[in-house]
Amino acid sequence: MELKEFLPPASEVARRTGPQDRIVLSSRVRLARNLKGFPFPGWAKRADRLQVYEKVAGAVAEVPALAGCFCETLDKLSALERQLLVERHLISREHAARTSGGGVVLNRQETLCLMINEEDHLRMQSLRPGLQLREAWAELDALDSLLEEHLEYAFSPEYGYLTACPTNVGTGIRVSAMLHLPGLVLSEQINAIIQSVNKLGLAVRGLYGEGTEALGNVFQVSNQMTLGESEQTILEKLDKVLRQLIEFEENARASLIEKNPKMVYNHIGRAYGILANAHIIASKEAMNMLSLMRLGVDLGMFPGVDRSLTDELFLLIQPAHLQSLHAEKLQAEERDILRADMIRERLRSVSRPGPPLPAPGSGG
Amino acid sequence: MKCCLCKEREATVHLTQIVGDKMQKLDLCEECARSKGVNDPTGFSLADLLLGLSGSQETEPRPRSGELRCPHCGFSQAEFKKLGRFGCPECYQTFAEGLDDLLKTMHKGVRHVGKVPKAYRGVEDLKRRLQRLQQELARAVQEENFERAAELRDEIKQLQARLTTPRGH
Repeated sequence: MELKEFLPPASEVARRTGPQDRIVLSSRVRLARNLKGFPFPGWAKRADRLQVYEKVAGAVAEVPALAGCFCETLDKLSALERQLLVERHLISREHAARTSGGGVVLNRQETLCLMINEEDHLRMQSLRPGLQLREAWAELDALDSLLEEHLEYAFSPEYGYLTACPTNVGTGIRVSAMLHLPGLVLSEQINAIIQSVNKLGLAVRGLYGEGTEALGNVFQVSNQMTLGESEQTILEKLDKVLRQLIEFEENARASLIEKNPKMVYNHIGRAYGILANAHIIASKEAMNMLSLMRLGVDLGMFPGVDRSLTDELFLLIQPAHLQSLHAEKLQAEERDILRADMIRERLRSVSRPGPPLPAPGSGG
Repeated sequence: MKCCLCKEREATVHLTQIVGDKMQKLDLCEECARSKGVNDPTGFSLADLLLGLSGSQETEPRPRSGELRCPHCGFSQAEFKKLGRFGCPECYQTFAEGLDDLLKTMHKGVRHVGKVPKAYRGVEDLKRRLQRLQQELARAVQEENFERAAELRDEIKQLQARLTTPRGH
């Protein structure tokens, strides 16, 4: 089956809800695993990588939880399809760029996604909307135990699960969440917050992970240490920090509204103005404006508008998603025009933002 | 204070990096700092430097021609230093010397705690790990590192629970 038909539409993705999804866009748990007796993908010859792919794909086929999933080598996917997966946060940019022996396994609900021959032989991820780290871990732990019956993992009692990079050795776990933090950005507290989160041994990254910009005020927070602590301990620590960040963000929003409401309304009103009226808009600007509009929705400034409107657009305006709506190959300039057209069209029925309504839900 | 790399010139560049609750310090002379790329704040990490440091000490007893290579995949120490990644799972064995020092700069501990594949889930193994954790706990208490001690206590509890219920984790 074609990937485009397999992927659920953006409208469906945007309507998924989870606990704390006002601020936590998604939760993710990733495990790194390697097969005993094979060089790591970065050092392996092509033949070894292909053999690893066959082994992992074979094991995947044996696992009932992955029945009916999409399983393909990356070289069978077009550059556009690979980019779609990146924009959905299902595979890394590095994985999309390197095709030989690489593979992807994805279930229909987009809750499980496996990368084969990324930096490690197998990187499996469990994804959930909102803050659901425990649920994501439980599902992935179970999947890992099932796969383990069909694959011989490289493991040492001293160092745990052996990974290509020693920064991932041990549990091989990375627990992360994607946070929307416009309040902390507008109140200029974000840098101090990032620094203190870093001091706890946690990483803060941009929208697409390592070394990327925090487009649309979206930040990814994750653990960095994987050795010397159990999965449970790592997860609980991150969960605690995330709950604190949620509180900081809510406080930042509340205090902005109290102390400097005009500044906030100005940002949101201008964002709406640009989105509703622009005829040319780049994805970066569009994402940043949509972030502010999402904040406006959260604050009750757009009565009757659901968060799924901004969340769907946030996905649809990204280059590969936009391109996939059009048959002919688009140049960047054409994309900027079509992006603006789409956003204007979607916002036609959305009225200008008013002052926040003291409606239920606007407080938290 | 002398430079901790060349141990000759006066150290004028002082570096501190905090990872988690651990602090690492390096004192370098200007020349060594430059040669290690310390002037470039983006590409610099103490872990790299410490790794290079342990490597330079190692080369002394070892003749240059006999560079250590992994017998399983042919990966060399020099490649590891360049790439920061290993060639194959066996490399952890091959390059075990100095590995703990490197891992210490990256992680909470240098021994695995957490999930273990079924094949390795022998009772003996768990007991050994338990013993090791208890030793670590004693050390943490001695060092008055109570935060770490509390964490270790939790890990020990989890491990003990696993010992009483054979298959769970």
